[in-house]
Amino acid sequence: MLAATKDKRIQVPDFTKYPDVHGRFGDYGGAFVAETLMAPLAELTENYLRLRNDPAFVAELDRDLKHYVGRPSPIYHAERLSKRIGGAQILLKREDLNHTGAHKINNTVGQALVARHMGKTRIIAETGAGQHGVASATVAARLGLECVVYMGATDIERQKINVYRMKLLGATVVPVTSGSKTLKDALNEALRDWVTNVAGTFYIIGTVAGPHPYPMMVRDFNAVVGREARAQMLAEYGRLPDTLVACVGGGSNAIGLFHAFLNDANVAIVGAEAAGDGIGTGRHAASLAAGRPGVLHGNRTYVLCDDNGQITETHSVSAGLDYPGVGPEHAFLKDTGRAEYVGVTDAEALAAFHELARTEGILAALESSHAVAQGIKLARGMEKDKMILVNLSGRGDKDVHTIAAREDIAL
Amino acid sequence: MNRIDARFAELKSAGRTGLIPFVTAGDPSAAAMVPLLHALVGSGADLIELGVPFSDPMADGPVIQHANERALAKGVGLVQIFGWIGEFRKTDSKTPVVLMGYLNPVEIYGYTRFARDAVAAGVDGVLLVDCPLEEAQTAQALDAAGLRRIYLSAPTTSESRLAALCEAARGFLYYVSFAGITGANRLSLDAVGERVLKIKSRTATPVAVGFGVRDAESAAAIARFAEAVVIGSALVERLAAADSVEAACATAREFLAPIRAALDAGARAHAA
Repeated sequence: MLAATKDKRIQVPDFTKYPDVHGRFGDYGGAFVAETLMAPLAELTENYLRLRNDPAFVAELDRDLKHYVGRPSPIYHAERLSKRIGGAQILLKREDLNHTGAHKINNTVGQALVARHMGKTRIIAETGAGQHGVASATVAARLGLECVVYMGATDIERQKINVYRMKLLGATVVPVTSGSKTLKDALNEALRDWVTNVAGTFYIIGTVAGPHPYPMMVRDFNAVVGREARAQMLAEYGRLPDTLVACVGGGSNAIGLFHAFLNDANVAIVGAEAAGDGIGTGRHAASLAAGRPGVLHGNRTYVLCDDNGQITETHSVSAGLDYPGVGPEHAFLKDTGRAEYVGVTDAEALAAFHELARTEGILAALESSHAVAQGIKLARGMEKDKMILVNLSGRGDKDVHTIAAREDIAL
Repeated sequence: MNRIDARFAELKSAGRTGLIPFVTAGDPSAAAMVPLLHALVGSGADLIELGVPFSDPMADGPVIQHANERALAKGVGLVQIFGWIGEFRKTDSKTPVVLMGYLNPVEIYGYTRFARDAVAAGVDGVLLVDCPLEEAQTAQALDAAGLRRIYLSAPTTSESRLAALCEAARGFLYYVSFAGITGANRLSLDAVGERVLKIKSRTATPVAVGFGVRDAESAAAIARFAEAVVIGSALVERLAAADSVEAACATAREFLAPIRAALDAGARAHAA
């Protein structure tokens, strides 16, 4: 297909051919890490490329996804919500129904299997909202691996329930007090741990960022979301959706949904980034909508930084979107015009959270509420026979305290 | 001739081991920067590594992280750093200066502009921590401008990559003495010695050893097989406590003097 018109438009005949052997998605991606990590990354790439073509590994993964994660997740037609909006039909891909409550488990189950095949006995992970930390602690418990989760001190404060969940699962949660004390700093600290304990440790990165092969591997493990959704749409509705919407922090749930549809030229693709208090205020986390190409955490991508190249602090009501970079494949999709990335403010996300709760009886994660908000916005301007598929990437139980506090309600 | 190459040639003919102190630009203060660079040279530094502060120094331990944070709180950036080096060069035309840092500040500054301004200021080499050989072409404007690109080699570096690094090495090759972050205390001299000798069997480019070198004793031990030693965190940690320009210079002198003496004593013992 031909990518839509954009400044840096390049013709992409097949989006599934990326990344190349160097982990590059056009100008983005790569492996920008200190020398010590080059060997473990090469070891990981070699093992992963072998395992993903190994029928026994694939069968093992499929079994875990079915019996442990609870896949496939359904597509649910949000009829009351759609009726209230009076525009396009909104369908939800229910990743919130997965074990541990979000799409994150798709990736951790996969990486944990890779870790076990590589003989690693210790798992480390970074986490923002805590969903990836919980998903990592979960698979580590199941496989009997030691698990250390790095989490920004600020995030620990606003995600207490998930911190406790990780501890219940036997993980050690290490507070990170450097920098802005959020997800990016947790990632730095996890990289420092990995560089120090390189031999026996497997680093489960939670999003489609980091150095090659992570953006590819994490995408592959989450791509089950889009593969399922595409087949479900064809089976249940006899057609593909007109538009896909997903929230984008690092971008793992979004690329998971988008990937199977990238070559379907008639399916529009929209990523909802956290616009926080509004992009104009500077208090946001919209790397694609408001950032510029740079290098962070091992890959070239869009980053939020100042004119000295210093990464700037981000803001979002949702800890899982509070990240100043984004997966390199999204940067590529933006530049090729295949996907569009827009900002959704805290207030819009919260309004969508309440709307979905009241009309459909679903408490969405604050991250996913950004996608719901964008889906509602788009539906208003579309005909009733159009279909928007929104990735409901996680459930909102973890956010109840945050929402109550924001609305001055004492629990 | 590039100042780095000239300096290593001098060291070789004098039978001395190079001493390379690392300081973070702008720390402990902007005012201390140029006097501190001169004080380092006055205390026996053969080459200076100047850290360009970055918000996300993922290969650095807490000491250098905090130095970065202090410098950034004062708004230190490349324009200012080039200014300090230019000032330093007015009275020191010999001592090589290598900028060490992460890619993003250089990427945002612009590679061509960076190369031009660095050369104009008197920078001789650049070590980009998160730009391994495989990604080197991204900053090729630096090579074209005559800046020496300093590459890292680590205990985990594979045989095939080591061969490629030895091939690409210019100025000097920086051997990271252990798998870890800067300032950690994990130095194993036997392992380092074995590895450095292996590197030296493959390249004539001088080898400097860094990470974990903290004092005269460890520096002298490294000097038995490497052309130079790099000392960073141990110095940066002491400088953090200096509350005036004079105190910063005095701290640097007190810290480096015994290390310089130990390196020179080792060289004399070797010659004898």
